[in-house]
Amino acid sequence: MKTLEIPTFECETGNYHTFCPISCVAWLYQKIEDSFFLVVGTKTRGYFLQNALGVMIFAEPRYAMAESEEGDISAQLNDQKELERICLRVKDDRNPSVIIWIGTRTTEIIKMDLEGIAPKLEKQLGIPIVVARANGLDHAFTQGEDTALAATTHRCPEYNHRTTNQQKGDVVKHIVVDVVSDDKSLDEGGKSNRCNLVLFGSLPSSVASQSNLESRRQSVSVSGWLPSQRYTELPALGEGVYVCGVNPFLSRTATTLMRRRKCQLVGAPFPIGPDGTRAWIEKICLVFDVKPDGLEERENQIWKNLSDYLDIITGKSVFSMGDNLLEISLARFLIRCGMVVYEVGIPYMDRRYQAAELLLLQHTCEKMKKPMPRIVEKPDNYSQVQRMHELQPDLAITGMAHANPLEARDIDTKWSVEFTFAQIHGSVNARDALELVTRPLRRKSDSVLGLDCRSLSRQTVDV
Amino acid sequence: MKLAYWMYAGPAHIGTLRVASSSRNVHAIMHAPLGDDYFNVMRSTSERERDFTPVTASVADRHVLARGSQEKVINNISRKDEEQHPDLIVLTPTCTSSILQEDLQNFVDRASLSSESDVIPADVNYHRVNELQAADRTLEQIIRFYMDRARKRSTLDRSVTDAPSANIIGIFTLGFHNQHDCRELKRLPGESGIAVNQVIPEGGSLKYLKDLPRAWFNTVPYREVGLMTAAFSEKEYGMPYISITPMGISNTADFIAQIGKLVNVWAFALPEKRLNYKLYVDNQTKFVSQAAWFSKSIDCQNLAGKEAAIFGDATHAASITKILVKEMGIRVSCSGTYCKHDAERFNEQVQGLCDEVIVTENHTEVGDTIARIEPSAIFGTQMERHIGKRIDIPCGVISSPVHIQNFPLGYRPFLGYEGTNQIADLIYNSFNLGMEDHSLDVFGGHDTKEVSTKSLSTDRRDINWTPEAESEPNRIPGFVRGKTKKNTEVFAKGNNISEITIDVMYAAKEKSSP
Repeated sequence: MKTLEIPTFECETGNYHTFCPISCVAWLYQKIEDSFFLVVGTKTRGYFLQNALGVMIFAEPRYAMAESEEGDISAQLNDQKELERICLRVKDDRNPSVIIWIGTRTTEIIKMDLEGIAPKLEKQLGIPIVVARANGLDHAFTQGEDTALAATTHRCPEYNHRTTNQQKGDVVKHIVVDVVSDDKSLDEGGKSNRCNLVLFGSLPSSVASQSNLESRRQSVSVSGWLPSQRYTELPALGEGVYVCGVNPFLSRTATTLMRRRKCQLVGAPFPIGPDGTRAWIEKICLVFDVKPDGLEERENQIWKNLSDYLDIITGKSVFSMGDNLLEISLARFLIRCGMVVYEVGIPYMDRRYQAAELLLLQHTCEKMKKPMPRIVEKPDNYSQVQRMHELQPDLAITGMAHANPLEARDIDTKWSVEFTFAQIHGSVNARDALELVTRPLRRKSDSVLGLDCRSLSRQTVDV
Repeated sequence: MKLAYWMYAGPAHIGTLRVASSSRNVHAIMHAPLGDDYFNVMRSTSERERDFTPVTASVADRHVLARGSQEKVINNISRKDEEQHPDLIVLTPTCTSSILQEDLQNFVDRASLSSESDVIPADVNYHRVNELQAADRTLEQIIRFYMDRARKRSTLDRSVTDAPSANIIGIFTLGFHNQHDCRELKRLPGESGIAVNQVIPEGGSLKYLKDLPRAWFNTVPYREVGLMTAAFSEKEYGMPYISITPMGISNTADFIAQIGKLVNVWAFALPEKRLNYKLYVDNQTKFVSQAAWFSKSIDCQNLAGKEAAIFGDATHAASITKILVKEMGIRVSCSGTYCKHDAERFNEQVQGLCDEVIVTENHTEVGDTIARIEPSAIFGTQMERHIGKRIDIPCGVISSPVHIQNFPLGYRPFLGYEGTNQIADLIYNSFNLGMEDHSLDVFGGHDTKEVSTKSLSTDRRDINWTPEAESEPNRIPGFVRGKTKKNTEVFAKGNNISEITIDVMYAAKEKSSP
């Protein structure tokens, strides 16, 4: 894969606000219905989770903390025994099909050998235990999902399109059947609808089926998703399987799929916005040697439906502080919508995995005659706020820690986390994405408060 | 290791950050990995803060793990010093720095050589104390630092004010109704002729800490935070303090009586004659606060003997227990707190007021206890509100941890005379709503509900209900339905009956009626 030279790329100090990557349990436990997430760490992590997830915590979630105490840190207690006791209780209470251990920075620092303990306990308990190291030392926010999915990759059954009666474990039996039924129409060289495509990235099930539909319209059928709705339904992987990411933060999963499971990665822009969705499908079609059909009309139609939103945002400027790695795709979409993007902060920029997306960003800038935004990896929030005071963007896409203070200083904001939880993938959801972006801008024009209530902060802004 | 889904009190560093970010122009730097600055989100969203929360992280990443922080923390301190010129920078340890065992004191010593701001490390042990204890400790540490320094430089002002005055200690950010309580507290002594010297830490500037001893006495409204500071000031600077929480009529009266006692010691020096606090209290109790009248009114009569369960921090749980029992005649079946470190004192406070005391940090234990007791109303934290929702019992929120709806924009103190009004409303509305619901049931409003076993833990009893018996409880008013069902099952179990018929039900009822 090529890497792309970006002229406007820089790297700052990394003093920025983001969610801890363990927050991925919030959406993953809902996605994988028969899972249980056990976060191994200290009180800090638990406190973060219960506050970040708010009301969800009261709904008997399938996640919990294994809270390490002083005895664990100083190794007076035996890690394996402690985890065994806790996992036994989880098994009794909830009987999950898989327990996913989320290693945190504590387990990292005291070097708790989760990967070593897991196989032993797995045998003892009879429940698969997957270990994902989603810690704030190495990762930001959505990258938590990346580590969890990369770890799950190893648990996917082996794909083998030649052998029909493969020996497989009980849990994956019906998947084998699926694969077999596909096999009947599959011969070498994969022509249309004979392709084996697995999509990776956790999306709400309705969005996932929309994506399935979208690609089936082009006679490319999706044979599975990682993650699947249930752990017991993980897709088969192996040589001959094509994989394609739906989210920009899944570079580790992509690498694991390629290197460890010998899958072929389809490097495409991500299906965010009608432009992204079209480019995404086109790339998949290209790989499977299918001629895309009616994509352009479809995209135009969707743009037409968005015209009321586009009227609001065309010509407006955006500053994205960066915390969830969706920033590049979002910026590309917004530029195509006619906005000017001043800066794209991003926690981590994988230039190989995001190559196609970056290329599309460049093309979009040329096409829309807009300047290429400055891309700042590991941004420094303090400096960003200073820059924002100079640039006075119409909209700041930012974390919750900065939103209210910026609003008080007359900069309209949109919480960036909402883009992680809202359904923004695929052409169908482009409207939802713009609904989010335009909300602060629409509110302003409706506001009863006139100019008198402009700056509401008492703190002087010393720029 | 402990299996945990929820915790009442947060980790230690949250307490330190709450104290630090409450004072004006104090900046906290946390030695923590990415994502640990979640405190900023809490403050910015829950308190709807307009200003940037003065907390930054000195990010501990893998390089820090390998080679130690080295210059990183020091650079971050100097940078903040230059950028924002705070009066004080508090270096805050987290679980990460405590495990890494880095020498924060050393960083502080080196950083303070070059920085204009004062720099101190928060002296808090992550594993041994919780949020509240840490806040208490940090507040004391900051006050001690500035008062001792002022004494050394002989700038400490130890002449007491001419008119009686007080310091209010322990009002700070993200505290339960703290802002409103503070306003009420300023009014309370004000009306009885006492000026407020300083409020710390909320909104206070460190520059004025040297004037702290000018107050005649200190008041500590909440037990959780401020007592250490008050004790220190008493020991080192001879300042007396009042630790009674003026919540509820009798506590408020006690509080004012204490003020009277402290002030009237100096009565000979006062221009006016002795202040008559008794008259003030009488007047307030009878006419300003509606709570005394309320407890005599017919509304409150209807509450007599109703059962309630209470859970919260030590201050609020104990005070509300006292209010319910002594001022409203409500029976408190169970009162509890998660402030384990203050258990002894809590027990003492609620002794004789309730049937049962629970001191625990485990919310399932609280939930199961409430489910077993089945009170008519619960007064607790957000967690108890959700427990109440699940088992269909109304709940009034009286203590943190809380959500954004407990940071109301309107004036809602819990302390002082206005506080007694607010609390009376809260209590009456909780019960009243419950009653309304049940009268609907009694008159056959929405009677198609399934009978719920009001238990949180799901142990299925192997007892069968015949269809007729099953439908029978539906004719019983909702608020006793669960209890009837449970009593019947207990009766059946006790008499080795495996199938419950209508006869068994009524037999059980006969047995259990007094």
